[in-house]
Amino acid sequence: MTYRESIRSALRDALRGDQRVFLMGEDVGRYGGAFAVSRGLLQEFGPDRVRDTPLMESTFLGAGIGAALNGMRPIVEIMTINFSMLAMDQVLNNAATLRYMSGGQLNVPLVVRMATGGGRQMGAQHSHSLEGWYAHIPGISVLAPATVADGRGMLLAALQEPDPVFIMEHATLYPMEGEVDEASGPCDIRKAAVRREGTHVSLITYGACLWKALAAAEQLAKKGIEAEVVDLRVLRPLDSETFLASVAKTRGAVVIEEAWRTGGLAAEVSAQIMENAFDVLDWPVQRVGGAEVPAPFAKQMEDASLPQIEDIVAVVEANLV
Amino acid sequence: MTTRPARGRKAAGQSHDLDLLRGMLRIRRFEERCSDLYQLGKIRGFLHLYIGEEAVAVGAMQALTPDDNIVSTYREHGHALARGMPPTSLMAELFGKATGCSRGRGGSMHFFDAERRFYGGYAIVGGGLPVAVGLALADKMTGRARVTACFFGDGAVAEGEFHESMNLAKLWDLPVLFLCENNLYAMGTALDVSQSVTDIAFKAQAYGVPSRAVDGMDVLAVEAATKEAAASVRAGGGPQLLELRTYRFRGHSLADPELYRSKEEVERWMERDPIATFTERLRDLELLSDAGLQKLEEGVKGEVEGAVAFAEESPWEPVDDLLKDVTAP
Repeated sequence: MTYRESIRSALRDALRGDQRVFLMGEDVGRYGGAFAVSRGLLQEFGPDRVRDTPLMESTFLGAGIGAALNGMRPIVEIMTINFSMLAMDQVLNNAATLRYMSGGQLNVPLVVRMATGGGRQMGAQHSHSLEGWYAHIPGISVLAPATVADGRGMLLAALQEPDPVFIMEHATLYPMEGEVDEASGPCDIRKAAVRREGTHVSLITYGACLWKALAAAEQLAKKGIEAEVVDLRVLRPLDSETFLASVAKTRGAVVIEEAWRTGGLAAEVSAQIMENAFDVLDWPVQRVGGAEVPAPFAKQMEDASLPQIEDIVAVVEANLV
Repeated sequence: MTTRPARGRKAAGQSHDLDLLRGMLRIRRFEERCSDLYQLGKIRGFLHLYIGEEAVAVGAMQALTPDDNIVSTYREHGHALARGMPPTSLMAELFGKATGCSRGRGGSMHFFDAERRFYGGYAIVGGGLPVAVGLALADKMTGRARVTACFFGDGAVAEGEFHESMNLAKLWDLPVLFLCENNLYAMGTALDVSQSVTDIAFKAQAYGVPSRAVDGMDVLAVEAATKEAAASVRAGGGPQLLELRTYRFRGHSLADPELYRSKEEVERWMERDPIATFTERLRDLELLSDAGLQKLEEGVKGEVEGAVAFAEESPWEPVDDLLKDVTAP
């Protein structure tokens, strides 16, 4: 099953199992979803529960908040994370804030899914990785499913949360094939996962970069370097325990993400390692991040702007000698 | 403009009129006391007073049942009081006390009361409208005959979310009653400085949302208009908008030097003070005596002073609870 189908299976099961659940967003119904995730769901569940919205990210996300406050379990799809900027007022000032600001009286059980990331030559308004902006905000959870199994399990888990959950689906992953039990239920959404064990260096990453990190680890293994690969999975709240334990074992860390390095999530992970594991480090924490440019269109330029397997290998080799 | 006949009134009508007057007086005296307490430093942060606009909150609230939803703005003391939230919990919130309606987490701009379906004061202008649309969507999807009343000001009409919410509410025929309190100024920017078309009711019609302008200084006119509109919304007729033309007698907040409007303009509007004119009307109809008015005033004064005492005596939330309620425990 593909990552896309895995998410769709979770959507279908959620819509079948809970009348409070509905999906809304741009082109989720008749078009079948910009990335074809919701294809066929309109036919099965009808336009009341698979709602095409006008192009108004702020208002349909806000409507998701209102519906969540009033007993529903809305799933809002935003086409890309760049478009979600139009809804940031509702995300920050309402979704993330209402529980606290109301003294604990209200809660917003809202799930928002969106596509993120580059690598498809979509240019500077469809390709960025802004997960870190979301992960900056207290009051919400931010998930980054990198595997086919997490595509399903994380969505089912998110629907059980009493507070807003944002699921960042890397757009290059949708056609990826993988294993998932179609009858599986919610997965854990608190812990990071060690995707490959190793002893010489920790490669800490999330989303589509997981696969680049794993490929880099294979190349390093041929040179006698055993890299441990940590998939953060949950970007807020960060599971520091897992990546700190890995660093304690390997004594070195490279943090990899597509996002711009300045003020990025990798900076946060790096800072936590400094604060909590400085004494175990054999060398300074390194970051491999996106170039500090708006995403370029031409392939050679876009490739150069994103973390690549050879970049990860090179950083490890330069520091581990 | 009043539609109520002068003769043949029943005791029930008189009692209702006195309730309206009491409701408006409660807001006025509560906020006058707030203004004093702000000068004394008992209330901090922003304080946006509703004084002058009382007929809107009190009139509109007559159309709503306890099961209806309310979404409000940062100028929501009047809405909260008219909804029946206890003055004690509101004053305590203004002080920042743990007994406040938002446990001291919200302050003047963020009153909440889940039990009374008061979904809060939203202080990003226009930000409450999409939430109201969503509350109504949930009711429509589950077949509940609730109305969601959404208060906002004329300033919100310039925001994209106003236009998006009009469109979506009508497109999906949702049970929202949009109540635009047009007090002519978005902070210090007059409507005709910010809008190419200043007729707000007309804007709603562009989206197919039935709308009309109402004299927001006349509590009976507001009551009649909101009852009619709410009945239609409740019956499944889709959203409606009322533009309630009103005026705030005080500044935007207590920090406002009021450089953008003239004293003469304020005085002209104060001649139409909704409380003074309604009081006069009841006196003319011999429905209210000096003694009756004094009794009302004393009752309200007692409530306000009780609220202040409650707020003074209430405890602060312990700092140890700082991280509580960011998310579920």
